[in-house]
Amino acid sequence: MGQLLRTSFARELETLQTDTLMLGSMVIQALKESVEALRRRDMDVARRLIKEDEIINKKRFQIEADCLRLIATQQPMAGDLRLIAAVLEISTELERIGDYAKGIGRIILLIGTEVLIKPLVDIPKMCDIATEMLQQSLDAFLHQDLEAARAIPLRDDEVDDLYNRVHRDLIEMILEDTSLIDRCNYLLWAAHNLERAADRVSNICERIIFTVTGEFFEFDMN
Amino acid sequence: MTVALERPAQTQSSQSAAYANGTGSFAIEAGGMGVYYGNFCAVRDVDMRVPTNKITAIIGPSGCGKSTVLRCFNRMNDLINSARIEGEVLFQGQNIYDDSVDPVEVRRRIGMVFQKANPFPKTIYENVAWGTRINGFRGDMDEMVEKALRSAALWDEVKDKLQQSALGLSGGQQQRLCIARAIAVEPEIILMDEPASALDPIATLRIEDLMKELSEKYTIIVVTHNMQQAARISDFTAFFSVDEYRTGNLIEFDETEKIFTNPSQKSTEDYITGRFG
Repeated sequence: MGQLLRTSFARELETLQTDTLMLGSMVIQALKESVEALRRRDMDVARRLIKEDEIINKKRFQIEADCLRLIATQQPMAGDLRLIAAVLEISTELERIGDYAKGIGRIILLIGTEVLIKPLVDIPKMCDIATEMLQQSLDAFLHQDLEAARAIPLRDDEVDDLYNRVHRDLIEMILEDTSLIDRCNYLLWAAHNLERAADRVSNICERIIFTVTGEFFEFDMN
Repeated sequence: MTVALERPAQTQSSQSAAYANGTGSFAIEAGGMGVYYGNFCAVRDVDMRVPTNKITAIIGPSGCGKSTVLRCFNRMNDLINSARIEGEVLFQGQNIYDDSVDPVEVRRRIGMVFQKANPFPKTIYENVAWGTRINGFRGDMDEMVEKALRSAALWDEVKDKLQQSALGLSGGQQQRLCIARAIAVEPEIILMDEPASALDPIATLRIEDLMKELSEKYTIIVVTHNMQQAARISDFTAFFSVDEYRTGNLIEFDETEKIFTNPSQKSTEDYITGRFG
């Protein structure tokens, strides 16, 4: 075989992957904490999540800057180029999921310490599935696992079903008592954030498929 | 470098599909082409179809036979005593190695520009006029010289000093003069062997722009060591590698975009990503 070249570039690509995984872990942690804080109406955690979203944003900008630097200085080609292009997209998706956690933090502040309009059953389940999907997608990204990237978005239906149930229950409550509109809406927004988080995991999986195959692929989410 | 032999993966993607299914036209079609220098097989079994009025780049590591292949396309290897060509090179349906074919006529219709600018030690005007004159040109020579110099994007820089020595021009200007000289005889194909490798970055970009303009009228085949240049300027790319016998092989030929974003062959990917060299 020929001489192995560009070891420092290869190391930089590894760092880029590691940073993306780190960003993913931060986002998963934030999302889990946000739903737990919602359950406990923990204002301190809610405020911390809103503040710490800045850290997630900064990490995403650092990853983006690293991608641009590598494109400008290393002229990446083929698989390397696709990886960097995918990281640019994936880091954006992760940052947006981080925004959903921050959004739930804001909802908690709006709700305050008063008792929730209904017990939290489906929303934590949505969070569990969405964060599980996200963790699996990060694993698939690390291992460039095409099969997993194709399978993970199938679970989006479970999240959608739960969201539809939450939506239906809350609308029914509003129809019965319109004075509950605000309190129902808060939970609806939280559920919607989780539903969107799962959608963004599917986008991440599309980018993993692109990295591995070079083909632009879109899941039919209907 | 040695790599496992792979069959060339030709014309896989969308734009090249037109060429794969026969609706595109080809300026050169090499079939089973091999080149020997004495007993040494420099290049083996090349099947390659070069689309008309496109820029095709030939890339690969040193010693893979890029320039050898290029020189086969206008019989420049005839000038090397020990060189022997196998297979065929079709130009407009005719094998240019047929006994009935005049190599001088081949070289008029398939011109060449070399790595190092090599103007004749004559005036700028004469450099352009010379080729057409010996081909018996009977038209308006001044007009022809101006047209060739304009096509080579050199006219504005030399129009007031046409009778000065070409050797007084800068390296980039000399190379564009050589391109003007090549196109003056109205070839159909221009072969370029590392045409910008001796030039500074600005002169290089001028040559690249010029190649893009020329590709509207001519088929261009360019050998380059500069992969970014191949990626920037070419429509199609041929990747050659060298096997354990130091023989060059065509590994992959495809649309340039495909080669540089998602090549079919692992050895292509290893080369263009700089993993192995």
